[in-house]
Amino acid sequence: MATPLPTPGVGPGAGEACASCALAPDAARLARLGLDPGRYSYVVALAGNPNTGKSTVFNALTGLRQHVGNWAGKTVARAEGGFSYGGVGYRIVDLPGTYSLLSTSADEDVARDVLLFGRPDVTVVVVDATRLERNLPLVLQVRQITGRVVVALNLVDEARRHGITVDVRHLTRELGVPVVATAARRGEGLSDLLAAIEQVATADDPPAPLRLTHHDPELERAVSALAQQVAARFPSLPNTRWVALRLLEGDPGIEAAVRDGTLGDLAAPTTDTAAEAAG
Amino acid sequence: MTDLLDEAARLRRDLSDDVGDRIVESLYTDAARLAAESVDRDGAAARLTVDRALDRVLTHRVWGFVAMGVLFFGVFWFTIAGAAVPSDLLYTLLVENGHTWLRDGFTALGAPAVVTGLLVDGVYLATAWVVAVMLPPMAIFFPLFTLLEDFGYLPRVAFNLDRLFARAGAHGKQSLTMMMGYGCNAAGVTATRIIDSRRERLIAVITNNFSICNGRWPTLILMGTIFVGAVVPPALAGFVAAGAVVAVVILGIGVTLAVSWALSRTVLQGESSVYSLELPPYRPPRVLRTLYTSIIDRTLKVLRRAVVMAAPAGAVIWLVSNVDLGDASVAAHLVTALEPIGWLMGLNGIILLAYVVAVPANEIIIPTIVMLTLTLGAPAAGAAPGVMLELGDDAQIGSVLVTTGGWTLLTAVNLMLFTLLHHPCSTTVLTIWHETRSLRWTLVATLLPLALGFVVCASVAGLWRLVS
Repeated sequence: MATPLPTPGVGPGAGEACASCALAPDAARLARLGLDPGRYSYVVALAGNPNTGKSTVFNALTGLRQHVGNWAGKTVARAEGGFSYGGVGYRIVDLPGTYSLLSTSADEDVARDVLLFGRPDVTVVVVDATRLERNLPLVLQVRQITGRVVVALNLVDEARRHGITVDVRHLTRELGVPVVATAARRGEGLSDLLAAIEQVATADDPPAPLRLTHHDPELERAVSALAQQVAARFPSLPNTRWVALRLLEGDPGIEAAVRDGTLGDLAAPTTDTAAEAAG
Repeated sequence: MTDLLDEAARLRRDLSDDVGDRIVESLYTDAARLAAESVDRDGAAARLTVDRALDRVLTHRVWGFVAMGVLFFGVFWFTIAGAAVPSDLLYTLLVENGHTWLRDGFTALGAPAVVTGLLVDGVYLATAWVVAVMLPPMAIFFPLFTLLEDFGYLPRVAFNLDRLFARAGAHGKQSLTMMMGYGCNAAGVTATRIIDSRRERLIAVITNNFSICNGRWPTLILMGTIFVGAVVPPALAGFVAAGAVVAVVILGIGVTLAVSWALSRTVLQGESSVYSLELPPYRPPRVLRTLYTSIIDRTLKVLRRAVVMAAPAGAVIWLVSNVDLGDASVAAHLVTALEPIGWLMGLNGIILLAYVVAVPANEIIIPTIVMLTLTLGAPAAGAAPGVMLELGDDAQIGSVLVTTGGWTLLTAVNLMLFTLLHHPCSTTVLTIWHETRSLRWTLVATLLPLALGFVVCASVAGLWRLVS
């Protein structure tokens, strides 16, 4: 296990108490495992728009010091690391920043493939509290795929400075998943984030994927009809409406997954695959 | 399974053509509603005006470029002025004293001359040189550059350059990959993945080498300091040296644009893509943390790579200098063979041989040149490695190159140009191959800069000799 060097302002190595940051209450439960997650039980994917602080959250959780840049598109390849929380191992995958999952660029394909075919146990969507409107489309799209989501409302310190307040309770209610206010640069809210990740990872009965209603009867009819057929073909697939929408759009990636049957594999429980990969 | 696809196709035919747009539209409508309900912007605006005022200057058509020049000039001036003293100290400690102690130690232990030569005069000396020459400027330059980056300045540079790239027929995001190249070209080449069109991506890959990378900054800074800065009175030396480095950087941007333009008009013709570049807010950098990470991660990482490359290179240098083939060493034969081309380019055979030895890492160019100059350039009788022990600081590196190597200001200027314009290091070449999967484009990206370097250096040398 790689024990990271102590970093001013960011916190402790494995198991040490953290004197200077907001992690203190739960610091004893967090062990940063750096690059090597060892044996892990859950896979966490980190998604979000470019330049919202995904890499900062990633570093804070893993203790790695992947360079963080203040610009969009800093993380191109995906980075992976690990941490352990409450004695349970987590593997965490940092995805490239994308504005959507509509598959119009290589980054969006990477992000979508991990979310769809990698089937992470928890997807943390990091959003910029100062630019919520531009960040929410991605959150909604992720929510259409899965209910195992935690929203990290990041950069709340910057939002505060700019006089912007976000109603976290309203967002939580509307999205149906935990929304946690964080300022990852200062370590604020990380213990809440960890607790939310644990809660979603261990939930037996996650919220169903979000049903986005289309204010267009014609489209709504087509989606419902096709979703029924998808459900008939792949009975245990959770996000049939989302798949139906993509098929209506003629999304080549999803069409290929239907053709070669990989879409059916998505129904397999993920913890088994994670355990295999770890063992 | 295909009946499902047929069904989807049938349903799609019944819908109007813009189904995709309508799906996206309803997504954004929902997002906008949810955001409007959840966000309270009371008292916003006040702070944003600071960002806006800064942007008005830093992304101004004219002042944006002035600010860019001043900031980069400042960074290099600090680096050059600040690195002088620690460089001297490290030099005295590692190269002068360390080498003597080690040599005495090996002799006292009764080690054979070949072993002492290979390990102490080869491996150790090359490594010590790399540390002494590179560590101080890197330890100053990287934190400063990272502070600018954390503040949010680099995307503004990209914004300023975007217009120019568009006019050159390249993708605006190429300005971002170019910025990444200033750290490491291999990273810059990987970063071109953010460009979707293959045509524009290839242009970005091929021109990334014109961004001066970590391994090349020290060469430029050293040449600027000991040769260009030395032609003016000492009071101005730092400014002139920094100016020379900035001039090479600007030339690099010019070459990037010119080559992009030429490629997009010839072998890589096509449409330009449209994209949006988001300017992040200015964020006060966390100075201590930046200092820590850029010294630990960046400086030591680059140094480790340099040392790993320098050790075997030191052995190679010692071997080619000490293994004789007929009447002279292997190195002497190679240098004699390369000398005519070197002369034509205003350089010399030793510099070209150094570039062959340093293919794995540009970091070791200067140490390689100095070691080869000392073993080959010295009068045949006194060609002992002990010559080196009488040297001291940067200025004395200069005096070795001038008195023993026969360098002139032309040699230094052309070395600076060749530092900008030559083949990428082997890591970058491998990355280019990996990213393009094309032997043809890998060859183009490798040989095009080298050809440019040859033409530019030979032209400058020709003109220089004509004038003087």
